[in-house]
Amino acid sequence: MEFLSYLVNGLSLGSVYAIIALGYTMVYGIAKMLNFAHGDVIMVGGYIVFVFMNQLGVSAIASVAAAMVVCTVLGVAIERVAYLPLRGAPSLAVLITAIGVSYFLQNMALLIWGSTPMSFSSIVSMEPLQLAGGRLVITGEALVTIGVSVVIMAALTLFINRTRLGRAMLAVSEDKGAAQLMGINVNATISLTFAIGSALAAVAGALLCSSYPILQPTTGAMPGIKAFVAAVFGGIGSVPGAMVGGVLLGIIEILSKAYISTQLADAIVFAVLIVVLLVKPTGLLGKKINEKV
Amino acid sequence: MALLEVSNLGIAFGGLQAVDKVDLTIEKGGLYGLIGPNGAGKTTVFNMLTGVYRPTEGDIILDGVNITGKSPASINKAGIARTFQNIRLFSDLTVLDNVKVGLHNQVRYSTVTSILHLPAYFEKEREMRGRAMALLKIFGLEEEAKQMASNLPYGKQRKLEIARALATNPKLLLLDEPAAGMNPSETEELMETVRFVREKFGTAILLIEHDMSFVMGLCEYITVLNYGRILAQGDPETVRNDPKVIAAYLGGE
Amino acid sequence: MKSLSRTTRKNLVTYAIVVVAFAVLQTMVLTGTISNSLRGQLIPICAYVIMAVSLNLTVGILGELSLGHAGFMSLGAFAGALFTKCMETAIPVTWLRFLLALAIGAAVAGMAGVLIGIPVLRLRGDYLAIVTLAFGEIIKNLLNAVYLGRDSRGFHFSMKDTIALGLEEDGEVLIKGAQGITGTSKDATFVWGFLLVMFTLFVVLNLVHSRTGRAIMSIRDNRIAAESVGINVTKYKMIAFALSAALAGMAGVLYAHNISPLTASKFDYNTSILILVFVVLGGIGSIRGSIIAAALLTVLPEMLRGFDDYRMLVYAIVLIAMMIFNQSPKLVAWRERTFGRRAKGAKVRKGGA
Repeated sequence: MEFLSYLVNGLSLGSVYAIIALGYTMVYGIAKMLNFAHGDVIMVGGYIVFVFMNQLGVSAIASVAAAMVVCTVLGVAIERVAYLPLRGAPSLAVLITAIGVSYFLQNMALLIWGSTPMSFSSIVSMEPLQLAGGRLVITGEALVTIGVSVVIMAALTLFINRTRLGRAMLAVSEDKGAAQLMGINVNATISLTFAIGSALAAVAGALLCSSYPILQPTTGAMPGIKAFVAAVFGGIGSVPGAMVGGVLLGIIEILSKAYISTQLADAIVFAVLIVVLLVKPTGLLGKKINEKV
Repeated sequence: MALLEVSNLGIAFGGLQAVDKVDLTIEKGGLYGLIGPNGAGKTTVFNMLTGVYRPTEGDIILDGVNITGKSPASINKAGIARTFQNIRLFSDLTVLDNVKVGLHNQVRYSTVTSILHLPAYFEKEREMRGRAMALLKIFGLEEEAKQMASNLPYGKQRKLEIARALATNPKLLLLDEPAAGMNPSETEELMETVRFVREKFGTAILLIEHDMSFVMGLCEYITVLNYGRILAQGDPETVRNDPKVIAAYLGGE
Repeated sequence: MKSLSRTTRKNLVTYAIVVVAFAVLQTMVLTGTISNSLRGQLIPICAYVIMAVSLNLTVGILGELSLGHAGFMSLGAFAGALFTKCMETAIPVTWLRFLLALAIGAAVAGMAGVLIGIPVLRLRGDYLAIVTLAFGEIIKNLLNAVYLGRDSRGFHFSMKDTIALGLEEDGEVLIKGAQGITGTSKDATFVWGFLLVMFTLFVVLNLVHSRTGRAIMSIRDNRIAAESVGINVTKYKMIAFALSAALAGMAGVLYAHNISPLTASKFDYNTSILILVFVVLGGIGSIRGSIIAAALLTVLPEMLRGFDDYRMLVYAIVLIAMMIFNQSPKLVAWRERTFGRRAKGAKVRKGGA
């Protein structure tokens, strides 16, 4: 029973990682860049929900919707201002710019909201689910997180495979030049990817802070890095890879905390990543890349 | 004994047999051509000879030593050097340093000597510089020695790549489309240089080239590839008059 | 011989900058005209300068992005500090003890560099970067969980807590988990810092203008071509990576002998990124740039005290603006059209992540 409850917690945390990892992986697939600032968009999402819900008294759903709107605008703005001018530049330059954006967001948040952690009240008002005569308790947050992530993954998969815009995204990620020749607006498609990724980050922020209710400017950093690890773990650029990677990572983290050591849980997560990359250098579901000579 | 003996060489990518049953013999100091339509597998043969790809079949024997499937670095040490179809220079190093990198295994001193600049460093660097400048002179690049390699015009970049390959003191030099993008006078000059290199260094040369007058005027023996297989082999006259070759080039079957 | 003298001249200017900066600061220290806050920064500045130069060896010279450089610094710091704590009475001669601590710190970090390099250097680009980040975090987490004590029976080790060490009455806790090492003898001085910066410069600048250095840079510029001229790519990547790690370890020892307590959390991902920022702002591949950027950006916060809230924000904006200005293909093309030659400055190598 204990194991099952850890598993559910792991699944819940993993679902959040998966949602964040989707943002990383989609952007990587399309713009071939590691958007290091993605984790900080989560933090912004968390603060926006906090402001609307706790300070303005707006309902949970509306607050999350507002956060999604703000993060979408933010994500697209970041892409236009910081990344667009660097299209075609060496990827190290883009990566460092992304680190700059990450610093920027964290310090803006620090100026606006201060460094004192705020206690976030959960967006979920559901009663915990009692199973097996109360021996297995599943929190409402866990249920909602898992449910929401399943819906997001299904919707995203349908969107990518079944709609014109989604297929345009696939085309751009395969070959920018060819996609352009086919009449696809590459810049608009990349912006759309950032918009979707950032909206998902807002949702992830709300869910993450509901389960781990401490909100501060660095809240997004660690989950961001872990989700990034999850994306690489699953094979960066691959949407199913991000889902699998995120869920596995969450489960590994929670089980390590429970059975091995709280302090070493992160080390274990990172060690697993290293082992996976050594066995499969492009991640679990990643494509093999051959360099042309 | 021949310098290079390639027998039954083949490679498959996934299900596609890119090169199949290629036999090739190269004698010391000879000038050889490898021609064929686009996609015939010429560069793939080069990539197998230099260890970039591991052949799925066949043997490559250089000077009596089987080098099949060895790493590119050890094949270079064994005596094969090459240039690339899409030029690959060390773009942020100077022209001189590009050639010095080519001399890496010819003039050696240790990493400790490198870091501490021990007396041997100065002596060996002087030797390296002398040899590198001599090579640059052959290719008319001594004026540009201190420029960044990426700042050279296209034709000179091709020459620098050959100079760098020669610096490794190869027994066999593979040139992948050395005349690509050159104008007729540059091509003419390149032919002279290739002949000169063969005379001076006694290096055997195998080259891929689309410029037929270049290949026919320079090479003593030509191999024609089509769809990864050998279509014809022989001296320029034989190959030129081979109906199969004419058909392959004109697209008729 | 002109090119040799030109590079020599360039190197001499770099050495001269360091010597002059040291002379000015040391004079200020001796005459007591230096502010207390700047005085406290002198040794950290030296440590960060060494970190930046050594990271530039990996990023600028080898062309691989490392996001875990602080991990090597912490290994050196802990190894060196531990040595000093254990040998405090055995080796009373301070300079000798510190010199040995430096050697041990560099050796431990260098060996870790080799061990980590074996898996890491097989990967390329972004994957390599993320794995270095992972190793940095693993080192931090492990060091955070280590408890080490010593009593008359010898050393005791635990990953749990102090009690688990089972020390006797006379026992002393050397490493106390997340609280790290306390009370390391403050053997580091500004003069030591200066000497170590000079040593680092000597090693890196000599390397760049040598057979080994050219082999490393050729891998950065074009790995396939480097292999084709007989360069053993794995070997030279390893030399660069391990040397970079060893120098970082040395910087860690310097840092550790100026601070108490020494905790692993000081050397997290943010520290690695900060050092990367020094390297990037100073110009990737430019050793002199790394030195100046590291020194200025370490001092800057002290000078901008009232301005502290905005400091990191300014950092961030400058970083983004510099990257766009230097790297945007359109801006680069515009500069080339306007000024007619290849723009100089912080050029990011193609070989990197």
